Amino acid sequence: MTTPVLFDVQGPRARARARVGSAIGAVLVLAIIVFVLLRLGGNGQLEPERWAILFDPASGVPQALGRALVRTLQVAAVAMVLATLLGLLLAVGRLSDHRWVRVPVSAVIEFFRAIPLLVVIFALYFVLPKYGVRLSTFTALTGGLVLYNMAVLAEIFRAGILSIDKGQREAGFGLGLRKSQVMTLILLPQATRRMLPVLVAQLVVLLKDTSLGFIISYLELLRQARGLVEYFNSLFGDRYTFQLYVAAGLIYILINVLLSMLARYTERRTNRAGRKAVTAEPADQMGAGAGAP
Amino acid sequence: MQFLIDNFDLFWDAFLTTLSLSLLACLVALVLGTLLAAMRVSPIAPLRGLATFYVETFRNTPLTVVFFFMIFGLPQIDFVIGFFTGAVLSVGLYTAAFVCEALRSGINSVSPGQAEAARALGLTFGQSLREVVLPQAFRTVVPPLGNVLIAMVKNTSIAAGFSVSELSSLLPRLVNASAGDLTAILVGVVVGYMIITLPSALAVHRIERRVAILR
Repeated sequence: MTTPVLFDVQGPRARARARVGSAIGAVLVLAIIVFVLLRLGGNGQLEPERWAILFDPASGVPQALGRALVRTLQVAAVAMVLATLLGLLLAVGRLSDHRWVRVPVSAVIEFFRAIPLLVVIFALYFVLPKYGVRLSTFTALTGGLVLYNMAVLAEIFRAGILSIDKGQREAGFGLGLRKSQVMTLILLPQATRRMLPVLVAQLVVLLKDTSLGFIISYLELLRQARGLVEYFNSLFGDRYTFQLYVAAGLIYILINVLLSMLARYTERRTNRAGRKAVTAEPADQMGAGAGAP
Repeated sequence: MQFLIDNFDLFWDAFLTTLSLSLLACLVALVLGTLLAAMRVSPIAPLRGLATFYVETFRNTPLTVVFFFMIFGLPQIDFVIGFFTGAVLSVGLYTAAFVCEALRSGINSVSPGQAEAARALGLTFGQSLREVVLPQAFRTVVPPLGNVLIAMVKNTSIAAGFSVSELSSLLPRLVNASAGDLTAILVGVVVGYMIITLPSALAVHRIERRVAILR
């Protein structure tokens, strides 16, 4: 959505200028691409044989990358479900009328939002064993993702619930519903629809963050690629390094693009539904479209 | 506590690394992000396309993968950069995409009447963007931009996986090397991050209150 009011429809001279500018820009971009390809070619990285290994089942590479992809998705799936459920609980807890629920829940949320995800994962993986709790890389990675994202998701849920018009809540109480009923029957269904785009965007972030498994040696895509590189290096020398890394990176980008497309689809759908609702307020008020990196 | 005092130099160095990494990456991200945002609303279609491509690519790439290409990929085209420079560039280039998106959402939130009025006064694209739209956009964008930059500070921790000895990298190093006070190490690292993030969050809040426009 650009703001077309910012400029007039261009006249012939402006169009000519734009064309010249685009041409120069295109030449620059092309020059960079050609330069990169030449350098790669000069180093022999573009030989078809080097890339063929990625698709040749005899080399074991496609299978290994496939298994790594499954392991990546496993972590992401488990973490997504748990983080969403816990996030919902925390959000409701933070909105509770009881101080003794609200204060500790707020503390938990703020704590996990304030520290880097990697520190949480490190704490689970390196520090806990010293206290006698040894976690596998899978558990440490999933646990870190859950703890961190449940806090972020809790804030998203809370923003969604708070964005519902106050009258809805009051009308619920006016009908004689209990607090829990108002929450589950009135607020949550409307809030869910509003925050769905932000929620899916955060789940994309979670999927991206599974790549942190690389750092604690969980065999996700990147670590698997690194393992394969080390294996092949021992056999043929530094021959397939670049290709394997590119393959792992591209698979990551591809699954994220797919999820992002899903996110945009849900955003379009919710926007359509939002227009029909009486309390029409733009949904991106809470997420500001960008989401946290 | 004693452990923290004994190893203060180590923590201090790591803290400074994280701080300089954050500041430099912040600079890269803000400059490039603003440029990208201007490109995304510009009248020239190829510029829009280029910026959109950049933003979509980086938003959908895990930061670890960006690091990966920066550290292991660039040498393949004969660019060898240090780990620290690589970390600054990775975090900066990655965050620029999010800065761009935050700014763009701000530009979109400026009511169209403002831009129409600017155009009606005869201002050019550049003038109406500079004089009318962007000053208002920057104001609405303070909270999301602040969030993006604070998240960036936390993201610098990934550099730990790529041989930069910043705060997070102390955890595996100290935990494995010493039977020292584990809680102290954890507290030291967490406090190090909070020294950067909490004042930033406070500053964002104050700036927001000072410049916010009520609509």
